[in-house]
Amino acid sequence: MAGPRLAETRPIPPARIRSIILEQSKRANVGHIGSALSIADIVAALYGRVLAALDPDDPNRDRFVVSKGHAVLAVYAALYLRGWLTQQELNTFCADESLLGVHPERALRGIDFSTGSLGQGLSIAAGAALAAQLQGVRRRAFALVSDAECNEGALWEAVMFAAHHRLANLVAIVDLNGQQALGYTKDVLALTPMEDRWRAFGWDVHVVDGHDVAAMAGTIEALNTNDGPPHVLIARTVFGHGVSFMESQIKWHYLPMSEAEYARAVQEVADA
Amino acid sequence: MRRAFSTTLAELGQKDDRILLLTGDLGFMALEPFADRFPERFINVGVAEQNMVGLGTGLAESGFIPFLYSIATFASMRAYEFIRNGPIMHALPVRIVGVGGGFEYGTAGPTHYGLEDLGLMRLQPGITVIAPADHQQARAAVLQTWDLSGPIYYRLGKDDKTIVDGLDGRFELGRAATIGTGSDILFVTMGAISSEVVAAAQTLAQRGIGCSVMVVSSFNPDPTADLLEALSRFPIAVTVESHYVNGALGSLVAEVIADHGLRCKTVRCGVRATPSGVTGSQAYLQDRHGISRRALVETALQLLVQA
Repeated sequence: MAGPRLAETRPIPPARIRSIILEQSKRANVGHIGSALSIADIVAALYGRVLAALDPDDPNRDRFVVSKGHAVLAVYAALYLRGWLTQQELNTFCADESLLGVHPERALRGIDFSTGSLGQGLSIAAGAALAAQLQGVRRRAFALVSDAECNEGALWEAVMFAAHHRLANLVAIVDLNGQQALGYTKDVLALTPMEDRWRAFGWDVHVVDGHDVAAMAGTIEALNTNDGPPHVLIARTVFGHGVSFMESQIKWHYLPMSEAEYARAVQEVADA
Repeated sequence: MRRAFSTTLAELGQKDDRILLLTGDLGFMALEPFADRFPERFINVGVAEQNMVGLGTGLAESGFIPFLYSIATFASMRAYEFIRNGPIMHALPVRIVGVGGGFEYGTAGPTHYGLEDLGLMRLQPGITVIAPADHQQARAAVLQTWDLSGPIYYRLGKDDKTIVDGLDGRFELGRAATIGTGSDILFVTMGAISSEVVAAAQTLAQRGIGCSVMVVSSFNPDPTADLLEALSRFPIAVTVESHYVNGALGSLVAEVIADHGLRCKTVRCGVRATPSGVTGSQAYLQDRHGISRRALVETALQLLVQA
């Protein structure tokens, strides 16, 4: 078992994350909606049940790297729901002088690392996990990467390093939604079989339903994060999950919503 | 300088257990003083410079001071975006140690030359750039800067024997050290090539030409006040660097002159074209690119004739 736990689990309803993603994307008139919806349940599992972080300033908190930074709006929603971000701050998303951009900034309380350039976050998380091991503390490090991010060669440098150094307290989560900016991953640069690739590199691999919060949290809690290889959850997700007309549609990587689309999306999330 | 670095780091490591040394599978016969003494704080990450910088970022955020070691070109360029997005954007105390700038890897060929590391690093205001001139100054520089709060790029020469005459290991961050008091020509130089410049100045002195050699050893902070003072006194400044002429020392001198409206003319000696692939020793390549002591003497004499 890993390090410090939440004093109390405070489940975060993924539907709340989804509704905040829609509200804020609409208000700011920006895209990346499908990517953020894809990770809403993963983020709900992490912030509601997994991350040992009573306070975002606690040096012994678990570290979390949102390596697929373009989806961080889901994390802003979780920070708000945890009480670490005010509604007023949340409402500055993408506004001038805001720390809440499309990609996360370390200067925002609750964000451990700035990201945005794909393929860099897993190395940083591996460094954070190694630091905990060197310091002899039970802190864990989590990195959320996209499937297409696995196109980046540098990511595999970190994969090799973590396995070689048996960073048991490192947990990667791959958001396997099968899409990337300009197409489906199977058409752009095939990644299958994803789980075999990680296993071949020496990781402890778990294929999970990326929209089942309880199952993901349970899987993570059962990991041996004290000893052994690093862990990866291959989270099978649907891009745009929860909004039928966005699901598995490439264009929702980029597009903002019209009024009609917004009304329909909000209704679908409310009805779910 | 790399041996001096490693020995000095071992001393510091004894006092402060936050210091870690990571290498991208380089440093044979160089890193042993630290690696043998602190095997648990020495990690060969393999041939993976990008990951090394990412690891350094995560380690530093958790309170460590990681030194990341590779050849200058790999240390600076292969992982450049990791350096910007990691240690620089997070203002973390990661130290990137690039060994063998300029033509120090002579016969290894152009992939191993470090001709743009200082310019690339200097371009980022959030990283301190330090290029010592000899092993004494390298030691002083490491002792003075190892625990700065932000990131540092150190360019270290491979030579652990040569001493720059008159420098006496002086180092002060953001200051330049001046050697000699001649008033005919001002040389401004940086890094391991400084010994060639001082040798050229000595040859010129024998011919009755008085030179001052200003040794710059840091960017960000730049030694602006020292440069301003010296450049105000000389009509001509000859900058010498084992680097492309654009972006690093020669550019800094030109900027100081322009920013302050000085009347000093600059002659920038450095590498002006992509190396052709013609290989050879460091001495040969430095001569070919006009930064050997012989070439510098020739350049200085021509300038005096023109003046």
